[in-house]
Amino acid sequence: MSGTIGFIAWNTFREAVRDRVLYNLIAFALLMSGAAILVGQISIGIERLVVVNLGLTAISLFGVLIAIFIGIGLVSKEIEKRTLYTVLSRPVQRWEFIVGKFLGLAGTLVVNTSFMALGVFAALLYISRHFEAADGWVLVALYFIVLQFLILTALTLLFSAFSTPIESAVMAFSLFVVGSFAEDLRGFAAMAQGSVHRLATVAAYLVPNFSALNVISSVAHGQPVAVQLILANTVYALLYAGAAVCGAVLVFEHRNLK
Amino acid sequence: MSTPRRITLPVTALLIGCLLSSALALHYVDRIRSGATLQEALYISSPKLLKRLSLGYDGLLADIYWTRVVQYFGSKHHAGATRYGLLAPLLEITTALDPHLMVAYEFGANFLSPAPPNGAGMPQSAIELANFGIQNNPNQWHLYYDLGFIYYMDLHDYSAAADAFARGSRVPDAHPFLKVLAAQMAEHAGELETARMMWTTTYQTSRDPNVRANAAAHLRALQVDQDVTNLETLASHYRAQLGRWPNSFSDLVTAGMLAGIPLDPLGHPYKLAPDDHVEVRDPDDLPFIHKGLPPGYIPPLKPKFLPSD
Repeated sequence: MSGTIGFIAWNTFREAVRDRVLYNLIAFALLMSGAAILVGQISIGIERLVVVNLGLTAISLFGVLIAIFIGIGLVSKEIEKRTLYTVLSRPVQRWEFIVGKFLGLAGTLVVNTSFMALGVFAALLYISRHFEAADGWVLVALYFIVLQFLILTALTLLFSAFSTPIESAVMAFSLFVVGSFAEDLRGFAAMAQGSVHRLATVAAYLVPNFSALNVISSVAHGQPVAVQLILANTVYALLYAGAAVCGAVLVFEHRNLK
Repeated sequence: MSTPRRITLPVTALLIGCLLSSALALHYVDRIRSGATLQEALYISSPKLLKRLSLGYDGLLADIYWTRVVQYFGSKHHAGATRYGLLAPLLEITTALDPHLMVAYEFGANFLSPAPPNGAGMPQSAIELANFGIQNNPNQWHLYYDLGFIYYMDLHDYSAAADAFARGSRVPDAHPFLKVLAAQMAEHAGELETARMMWTTTYQTSRDPNVRANAAAHLRALQVDQDVTNLETLASHYRAQLGRWPNSFSDLVTAGMLAGIPLDPLGHPYKLAPDDHVEVRDPDDLPFIHKGLPPGYIPPLKPKFLPSD
């Protein structure tokens, strides 16, 4: 069973590489090297701040785009090319297919993020000539970005299990935007009264909370991240992504593929 | 059991379990990150930069910052805070993003200017905010009123207050009280009556529940200050006539000096203390009063507003 999932995941990863997904690394490398050279000349005293902010934001945005645009095709492309029927005619269960696809895309994003992280640290080394203890918190911010990708990949997979690629992309991107303002959404809910308050609170807890997973600004200022927050965010992201994958499995199990 | 059903039941249970547990985890994250969103607001403290970053959606961003203002002040005020360091920059960002958001200027005049714990104790920032509002909304009489209010209440600068009210009275459709207020400022006369008129205007013209509750509490306090002064004067007259301090208000009623036992604005009877002064029964319920306080009374950190306000 785990072998099957691993096989599907590996194939998803290989397919993403074949689709030249990792080409974004070239754009990222150009961006970071250009930024590192430029900020050294135009920014006085905030070079590190600019490189961390720019690098982590770029990693996040590149990853979000990959998660959405690869994620929306994970199921539909297999149906379109009719390879899904070949896969499912073998001793592969539908839920294994979904979980494998999720892990494959998540793995692609982890590899992509790792290469980009190397680029950020190289740029940091170039402008500062040495690493600081505070640079360690950049790793935490990168870890949180990966957690964001897990949630977004699972959600995109869920949407792609029942809708067209375009609809899936719109829904996933909308949820990403709403989730980035999740804390403000809960603020709105707290200010509302009566049944509106209850409805808004439920909605605010249902949408993914990307804002708690975004610590780019604080680590750019060298501020530490609490260990409890790292643990709690990990638990939250795994549970939320798990719920979305379960949803995708349920939809796919009942989908008529004929 | 069929294959789909064998999968459906455990996966559904897992989905529900994951969702509920994630809500609990999120609740815990919120507790750890209490106020984090506001802290992050400081990282981009330049309103001009934020306006550019909003990519034209500055109205929506202004609304988001406005909710942050209310949440920030509300949570700090609830906790009895004496410092509101982020209130001025948050209001500045909010009004820079949407210079026509009148409620933000009104909030600033009422809570940025007064001394802690009732506000941030930053009258100069409040004046700058009101002037920015006037610059962008020259036909809004409320803003001139807010400006005059700050000059009068917190800075006691009568000529600046008179100038603000006079300018406001010339705006089309201005509240008629502005002309009266401008004249009264110029005379420096009838301070209690002027203050009552200003708080009444605030109460009647504001739709913000926090601003209205604050105005109502101030109006009650003014009433108590006036009642206590009048009652102490009456008791002094009683002593001048009968040679002793009255034992209770019943003595004043019997002497025909009062129609009945006097009540405070909350309907509770005033107390006649034996040491020549009048007290309110529950001073915690009457924030901002200057008279009628028991000896050695220490007010609570957070002023108590009544739900009916």
